[in-house]
Amino acid sequence: MRTKLISAPYTIWMTLFIIVPMGLVAFFAFTDKSGAFTLDNIARVGQYSNVFLRSIWLGALATFISLLLGYPLAYTIAKAAPNRQSFLILLIMLPMWMNFLLRTYAWMSLLEDNGLINNMLAAVGLPRIHMINTAGAVVLGMVYNYIPYMILPIYSVLTKIDNSVIEAAQDLGANNRNVFLKVVLPMSMPGVISGVTMVFVPAVSTFIISKMLGGGGNLLIGDLIDMQFLGSAYNPNLGSAISLVLMVIILICMGIMNQFDDGENVGGGMIL
Amino acid sequence: MKTASKVYTALIFIFLYAPIIVLIIFSFNDTDTASRTQFSGFTLRWYQRLFEDRYILEALLNTLIIAVVSAFASTVLGTMAAVGINRMKRMPKKVMMNITNFPMVNPEIVTGVSMMLLFVAAVSLFGGKSLGMASLIIAHITFCLPYVILSVLPKLRQMNPNLFEAAQDLGCPPVRAFFKVVLPEIMPGIVTGMIMAFTLSIDDFVISYFTSGTTQTLPIYIYSMTRKRISPEINALSTVLFVCIMLLLIIINVRQGREERRAKKAERERA
Repeated sequence: MRTKLISAPYTIWMTLFIIVPMGLVAFFAFTDKSGAFTLDNIARVGQYSNVFLRSIWLGALATFISLLLGYPLAYTIAKAAPNRQSFLILLIMLPMWMNFLLRTYAWMSLLEDNGLINNMLAAVGLPRIHMINTAGAVVLGMVYNYIPYMILPIYSVLTKIDNSVIEAAQDLGANNRNVFLKVVLPMSMPGVISGVTMVFVPAVSTFIISKMLGGGGNLLIGDLIDMQFLGSAYNPNLGSAISLVLMVIILICMGIMNQFDDGENVGGGMIL
Repeated sequence: MKTASKVYTALIFIFLYAPIIVLIIFSFNDTDTASRTQFSGFTLRWYQRLFEDRYILEALLNTLIIAVVSAFASTVLGTMAAVGINRMKRMPKKVMMNITNFPMVNPEIVTGVSMMLLFVAAVSLFGGKSLGMASLIIAHITFCLPYVILSVLPKLRQMNPNLFEAAQDLGCPPVRAFFKVVLPEIMPGIVTGMIMAFTLSIDDFVISYFTSGTTQTLPIYIYSMTRKRISPEINALSTVLFVCIMLLLIIINVRQGREERRAKKAERERA
């Protein structure tokens, strides 16, 4: 049996459905409607630099908040009793199994001007706050949807830290603060890095969260791409150019992140 | 746990579950104005409507067909690929792993858009039907494949390579040796991969959105519901889905717990 041939169907499949489509994106990005070479599309992407900046800013903010909220929780769970740990992790994962459109939709009813949060505020005599259709609501939606992707990899790295390393630090006279800052935190960096990429990439490229919670005023890169392909502004050439630029930005961000990551890659398969 | 960390954990869980609980409560809301914020009595009307809604049931059926077909196809194709990749030399292996990782780091929307371009180009070149079930299934197989490969590969690496050779030395033909020796060893990885593929396929919206044409899947239908008139039917639908998932997870957990206890008991009896 030619053992190498066994992966040939996969190679053909990925060539047809990953590499060729990516080639098509590049082709569309550099051609006009008649198929002639042009740099106009790429140049036009520059007009949308404010949208790009907003996406990156909101995505980065959501990633930072997720890390700030998620790390202490991952740490707390990793310190809990073993049977309790698996229960808490199950609770973290359970909302992820619910379709994210429904979860985002739920926030719409909470954040509305006549929504539940505002009704509650009014009931206790506080002024109503305008929350829906703001950049803040978009960030909230991102944090809510993607925070499990931050917690899970950090948790899984924290549980793998050998307890004797922590004991050794304590024996050598480190106080709790130093044990955390000099031992636990550096050792958990691979988890932090995969968490940051797993939150940042979907947050930067989302188009549903901004549509549902951001109203029309908080256009993100994803919305732009959506508009060029399935929306009113049908123009696949420009859409491809925007996609290409988005990909390059994300690859650069990942490259920067990987500079900090000297250990083994602990991405993807973390969830199950 | 200390009090402070208990309070903190509780707060995060309130944040995670509050919207879901609100959704569930309002699925029983008896109102004609479809208000999302005023609770005015208990009803099961929305559930009844849900199960009478032909479009939802059709979307659900489509989703399940796509999930079963793409989970099965990506598991077979992915397992074969993993076996091949595992035996490759350093360089080709590296290339294959990069291709495998690419769709996982690439933004979903770009993957979706690129496939849409491919399918539209294929239709205009070769004719045939426009986007629909076929393009959806192809797209789902494609984004599930990396997950299958990444859950099968570690099992192959952990396996003792001499076992396969030993079987052949004892006169077993390679194909049979594969099914009798290798396959049982890597089965847990294959099952994990298949479950992941199935759930990813059921839950996918972004890639389906760009490759579905006019075919409805459940997430796409949910999307169109959130865009149009707001109906508590969508709350009923979320509740049904949430309860199904919760039951499934509880069953899996209870079974795992029972197996662990049984394993421990067997160990004690042996000792």
